[in-house]
Amino acid sequence: MAAVIFRKELHTLFYSPLAWLLLALIQLVLSWFFLLQLDAFLELQPQLRQLSNSPGVTETIITPLFAIAVIIFLMVTPVLSMRLLAEERRNHTLVLLISAPIPITDIVLGKFAALLSFYSITVVLMVVLSLSLLAGGKLDYGLLWSNVVGLILIAACFSAVGLYISSLTAQPALAAVGCLSVLLGLWVIDWFGDAAGPVRFLSLLQQFRQFNQGLLDTFSLSYCILFVITFLILTVCRLDSERLYG
Amino acid sequence: MHEHDENDYNTEDVTLSARNLCRRYGRTLIVQDIDLQLRRGEIVGLLGVNGTGKSTTLRMLTGNLAPSSGNIEICGYDLLTQPQQAKMHLGFLPEIPPLYGDMTVDAYLLFVARIHRLDQTEVLDALEQVKHRCGLVEHGKYWIKTLSKGYQQRLGIAQAIIHNPDVIILDEPTVGLDPNQMREIRLLIRELGKDRSVVLSTHILPDVEMTCERVLIMHQGRIVWDRQLTELRRQSIDLESVFMQLTQPQSH
Repeated sequence: MAAVIFRKELHTLFYSPLAWLLLALIQLVLSWFFLLQLDAFLELQPQLRQLSNSPGVTETIITPLFAIAVIIFLMVTPVLSMRLLAEERRNHTLVLLISAPIPITDIVLGKFAALLSFYSITVVLMVVLSLSLLAGGKLDYGLLWSNVVGLILIAACFSAVGLYISSLTAQPALAAVGCLSVLLGLWVIDWFGDAAGPVRFLSLLQQFRQFNQGLLDTFSLSYCILFVITFLILTVCRLDSERLYG
Repeated sequence: MHEHDENDYNTEDVTLSARNLCRRYGRTLIVQDIDLQLRRGEIVGLLGVNGTGKSTTLRMLTGNLAPSSGNIEICGYDLLTQPQQAKMHLGFLPEIPPLYGDMTVDAYLLFVARIHRLDQTEVLDALEQVKHRCGLVEHGKYWIKTLSKGYQQRLGIAQAIIHNPDVIILDEPTVGLDPNQMREIRLLIRELGKDRSVVLSTHILPDVEMTCERVLIMHQGRIVWDRQLTELRRQSIDLESVFMQLTQPQSH
């Protein structure tokens, strides 16, 4: 049943020009950044060659590209996630979903998957962009795939937070502001992270840094997965509590 | 009260049965001791002044709100322990029709059919049937936000009946309609009530007089009146005066 919700969400998402506009904008920024990095690499290449263990094209172009993409995802998430549940509530359509024979878990999973698939489109385009470098050299596939896995995991974390915050209110704008604050909060924790040890483990971007460096760390992997599951369960509980108490 | 209970009650005919429903918010009891049995082929009018617990009751009957105590069975499935099976037999039109403005009529109805677990093979037939029934045949390709109030209301009814439920619950389906549209919707409700159970919550007494066989009046969270309309007519009692009498502040 989650598939039905998923299809409907995709339909709503791509019916509005917003999703297309965002996709185009993200692609524009990423391609521009990619070209700048490529330019810099070509300029530096003669000097790099003299180093004994010189960084390759994957480290100098693709790693920074994925690092930028994370920041863009962080800023885009509130815009995309705000209407997922808040708008259902504002338009009084949540009643339709709750009265229908679908478990709340399926509603939440369908919406989560729809948002994640938006990010997946961007990630696929980024991979294609990266593979275009094959025309002039070799790629470190291990590093590329660890970046892809990391970016998708972080996007899943962002989506789960956005979905949960959207479930708290009937005002999409409020949900967007709330989501942005929480995600920025996770960002700031990262800044304080170097000083205080335990806080560092909480930071999402700290986890991404591991993937970004080509490290498929079990801690980061399980952290992201648990983070997503926690927020999805919170969303389900929130929707169910309305039935119980509201 | 409950005279009709004495009639021979074939249990197979009971579609919805609620026992001892109570709902409290904090310490206030909003709804108490609702006992309700609906039979197939019965159209029941639910009357009551605003804030008397009608909507709370309907929300409980449709699984949108958990009762503080009591239980609800729909076609033999308990709504609290087997919600998926129970909800498959239920159609609900809330006070504000749950419509997605940025979908077309067809896309919306197909979505509703799918979330009610109709098979891929049944979905298209169900769509054609329901559009025919609700007079939406020509509007399949329209965006919902461009439909007039009357058509949106019809679409709201269409989403409640597309999966052919045994229990249909309609919360003020004729609000904001012109007299012609009202008449059409009443005819539609009568037709639906032939082989199903319909609950019709409304403030419009003629709606009840023209469509229902049985009337429930709620006051201060309780059902204070439960009679067949034919009985009323036989004794030539006027529904309006009964309503006024029962729903005066502190009337019981």
